[in-house]
Formats: sequence, structure tokens, C-alpha cells
Amino acid sequence: MKKWNLIRSFAVLLIFSLALTACGSAGSNTNKSAGSGTTEQNSSATTETTADNTSEAKPPVELLNVSYDPTRELYVSFNEAFAAYWKNKTGQDVTIKQSHGGSGKQSLSVIGGLKADVVTLALGYDIDAIADKGLLNADWQTKFDLNSSPYTSTIVFLVRKGNPKGIKDWGDLVKPGVQVITPNPKTSGGARWNYLAAWGYAQKQDNNDEAKTLDFIKKLFKNVPVLDSGARGATTTFTERGIGDVLLAWENEAFLSQKELGDKFEIVYPSVSILAEPPVAVVDKVVDQKGTREVAEAYLEYLYTEEGQTIAAENFYRPTLQSVADKFKDQFKQLDLLTIDKDFGGWAEAQKKHFADGGTFDQIYQPGS
Amino acid sequence: MKGSRAKSVLPGFGLSMGITVFYLCVMVLIPLSCVFLKTAELSWSEFWQTVTNPRVVASFRISFVTSFIAAFINLFFGLIIAWVLVRYRFPGKKIVDALVDLPFALPTAVAGVALTTIYAPNGWIGKLMEPLGFKIAFTPLGITIALMFIGLPFIIRTVQPVLQDMEQETEEAAVMLGAYRWRTFRKVVLPELVPALLTGFALAFARGVGEYGSVVFISGNMPMKTEIAPLLIMSQLEQFEYGKATAIALVMLVISFLMLLVINMVQWRVNRRVAAS
Repeated sequence: MKKWNLIRSFAVLLIFSLALTACGSAGSNTNKSAGSGTTEQNSSATTETTADNTSEAKPPVELLNVSYDPTRELYVSFNEAFAAYWKNKTGQDVTIKQSHGGSGKQSLSVIGGLKADVVTLALGYDIDAIADKGLLNADWQTKFDLNSSPYTSTIVFLVRKGNPKGIKDWGDLVKPGVQVITPNPKTSGGARWNYLAAWGYAQKQDNNDEAKTLDFIKKLFKNVPVLDSGARGATTTFTERGIGDVLLAWENEAFLSQKELGDKFEIVYPSVSILAEPPVAVVDKVVDQKGTREVAEAYLEYLYTEEGQTIAAENFYRPTLQSVADKFKDQFKQLDLLTIDKDFGGWAEAQKKHFADGGTFDQIYQPGS
Repeated sequence: MKGSRAKSVLPGFGLSMGITVFYLCVMVLIPLSCVFLKTAELSWSEFWQTVTNPRVVASFRISFVTSFIAAFINLFFGLIIAWVLVRYRFPGKKIVDALVDLPFALPTAVAGVALTTIYAPNGWIGKLMEPLGFKIAFTPLGITIALMFIGLPFIIRTVQPVLQDMEQETEEAAVMLGAYRWRTFRKVVLPELVPALLTGFALAFARGVGEYGSVVFISGNMPMKTEIAPLLIMSQLEQFEYGKATAIALVMLVISFLMLLVINMVQWRVNRRVAAS
């Protein structure tokens, strides 16, 4: 009966959808639509550190530090210290907000429009991705000392009290009957460090015979019963759910678990591991827009000072400043450490070879293998 | 027609329809069309390679099969719960009624963590099942349970109002005419409920296919075994492969749409039969 009306509304629908898709194809928009249904999982939370609000010449300023999961405790203490230092030096109040989540997810948020003044992520690769979108210069890693990595970490084994399976080195992880817990390298930055550390060990053992190395990794992942999507999830699986005999973990996460859960776990240092360098960077586009460059740069530089380094060490990150490293040398065992640049040709190379589609990690789960 | 138009609360058909169309465009059509647009970045062969990758295919199978089973199981239990809630009076009924909505309101990640805690090998239920040889968490069974949790309210809430409106006199008449209880249920009650059950099934099924938050915790995420399609989409995004991520999303969208279409067609059939009888 209302044929004419129907046709008219259909025409309206067509015009609207055409017009709006044309302008709706910008990056941030699509980003959200593709990730729909996943937002509940995003565990990023925002906390604040506020300095006293006494009025001074300079107006108070606010920074957003977008970081990854295991640095939560570190930055709570560091932000407080920096706010006090900055107030003392310039008389300006600074409030630092922190956001935490999986490193890759955090990087996606910044690309999607989260106004981060500084990013402190788990991998250089995740910051490279932000640089690719033009938010900061491609040479960001040269802006601060030591590859822009003020503190480092490494990958260690966490085992149950008494080490019932007698795990001492990577070679023990491929034995039948040993269950290994690690997050999925496809979704977790920390897991990529795990994977490369294991790869590096096997490569040394096998004198660079790649087929043998891949075989070792395949055997290792045959022993993985659960692949969590992030580092904290894997820690929970191991410590709370009681699954697995050994957890491949960031050294700082292993120390934290030990601190929180007492004497139920032991840390085992393998003969070889990897030097994990979580880098930091100022997001140029955002600080220039907000006029926060000066304080953002000072914030990251402060990570390299005696006080910043001490806070990092107290939160179980390896300090890079010699004087602080000496003070904590009992806490951090000296290890034979591979580096991403020397042993794997940098992140872009490692990513392509191991974690991209069809890379060595995918080959592990190829049917029939 | 004229009379009804004069009485209508909303402004005339033209304007209401305009608003409807506009809202649907902004909320549904445009976001979804972006999936198509992003996917168009890929060439045909890239697209085909992405979606026929054995891991991706396995994840589709897991997502759709577990959702289907979960919705199917809920069909029975949802009906029983709805029946109890409508037909009986008992103390605490209001509370039970409110509990039904809890899976709607709860953040799915909370559900996932809670279910994993219970069904993990050292959890309350997991501990009891382990000696019997049943592993629940980190298997497809765990995924199914998470999806049953998520989907249950859909079926109860679609069946409940229909049951409420049903006239008990019809059933009484059937009994008076000599029909046994089962026969009454099958011939009188069930046919009227089928459309609502199908709707509930379709909603629960569709919800399950897209579910991410509650499943990632309980599934264990093992490639080829318990990896769900939404997780693969996430993992593509983490590698900044927007095109490949949306390609997987696109295939899910198309399959879901086709399945909903089939369910809807069955429903039309049933509706017509019910109306005719």
C-alpha cells in the first residue's frame, strides 16, 4: 500500500550510507569497528598521581603515560617521584596519568587516537608501528640513551617450590611430561621475548642448524597446554590455577609473583636468555599539540637518573646506571644475554621471520607437523 | 488507515522511517561497511589465503560449533526455567527472575575469570571432574560452558512473555478432551512456543559466535584446538594487519548473516503454520 514511501526510504538509506561511508573510512573509525566485541577484554585502567595543587607561576600540566601490563607498580612510584622533582625544579605541578594493557593493544590505542604524551612499551616494534602512522619520527630510538631503554629485563623460569621436575635450562623444557606456560607470541610482547630466548638457546646448541632449532621449538610448544593472550594472564594460569611445571616470565614478573605469593615458587636462571629492552619515547605529534614537550622529555630523562634507576630496580627492572646496578648486584644475577639487534637483526627482521603469518611460530601449529 | 495515522503517537511514517533508517545507518550499516572497506585493501589472493589458512578455518569451526551446541543446550534449559518462572509461585521467585539477567549485565571478562576459576583443574568443579577424566577449562567444553552462560538469558527472556500470554484454558480444554500431559505439551503448547524459541536460539547463537571476553580466559587459546575466531582477529590487529583482521571478521559476518537468515526463514514457516492452524 505504501509502495512509494518504501521506495523513498530505501533511496534515503542508500544515499546516507554512501555519503557516510565515504567520510567514515578514516583510520580510527575502522579500527574500532574491527575490534568490536573485544573492548570488554581491554584491561587498560587509568590511575592518577596528583601533586599538591598550590598555585605557582606556571599552570599545572598533565601527562599521559601509555604503558604495558607489568610496569603498573613501577610507574606508580616513579610518577610520584617525578612530580616531586619537577615541582622542586620548576615550581610547576604535574599530574601523570598512566594507562596499562597488553603492549600491542596499547600501541593500537595510541594509533587509534589515545593522546599519549609518552609511550613506555614492551617492544620497539610496537613503538615503530606508532611511528609508521607519523605520530613520532622513525628515528625515535636514538632520542634517548641506550636505545631509549632506561631499564632492561630478561626472561627467566618460575618453577614450583623445590623444583619437582628438576628444571635447570631450556633443554629441560622439551622433555616429555614437562608442562610449560607461556603467553601467545602473536598477542603478547613478553611472549615474543620468551620465544626468541628459546630460539637463541637452541640455535647455539645446534650450531645454527635451523631445521634442528625449529624442531626444538616445536617440541617446546608441544609441552604448552594453555596459551594465554598476555603476560599477566599466563602468570595467573601458573600461580592461581596451578597449571604447568614452569612459567616463562619476565624477570620482574617472576620477582613480583615471588613477593606476592611467598615461598610457593622459585626462580631458575637458564644458561642463556635474552636482554629485553622495553623502550620509551615521546609522542611528538601529541606533545607539540598539547605543548608538553619540555616536561615529557624531562619525564623520560628522569628515568635515567640515580633516583629513577633506583625505583626501577626496586620494582625488579634491571638498572642501566652502573652505580645503581652495583647496589643491586645481588638481586640481579649476571647472565649470558642475547640481544635483539645483534642476534636477531632488530625487531623488523625478527617479526618477519618468526611472528608474521607463515613465520616460524605459525609453522609449529601447521597441521600434520 | 487514515484513522490509525491520526492516532499515532510518533510523527508520520515518513519522518519515523527517516529516523529509523538514519539510526540504523549510523549504528549498524556504516560500522559494518567499514569492515568491507578495510578488507578491500587486500587483493583477492591475499584475502583467500587469510581466510582459508588452516588455523583460521579451525577457529571458525570452533566458534560456530561451540556456539551452536551452547545455544542448543540452552534451548532446553531456558524453556524449563522460563516455564518454572511463569507457571509456578515459590518463595524467592523475584530473585531467581532477576538472576536470569545477570549474564547480560556482567562484564564478559568477569564471567570468563569466574568460570575459569571454577572449572580449572584446581577449581571447585574442575577438581571433582578431573579424577573422572573430564577436563573442562582449556578445552572446547569450557568454551561451550562460557557460551551457555552468556546465551541463557536470550532464550528465557524471549520465551517468557509468550508463555505468560498463553491461555491456560486451551491446555485445560485439551486435557478435558482426553489428551495426556505430554500430548498436550507437544500438540498445544510447543507449537506456540516454537517461534519464540527459535528467536532466542538465534540470538544466543549469534552472541556466542562473536563472544570474546569470557572465552579467552577459559579456552586456553591453543591453535587448531581451542582458538576462537575473534582471538585470531585480535592477534592480526596486534600485528597491525588491519586488512587481514577485517577479512576474518568479514567471513564471520557473512556466515552469521546466512545462518540468521536460515533461522528466520524457518521461523516464518512456523509462524505461518501456527497462524493457519
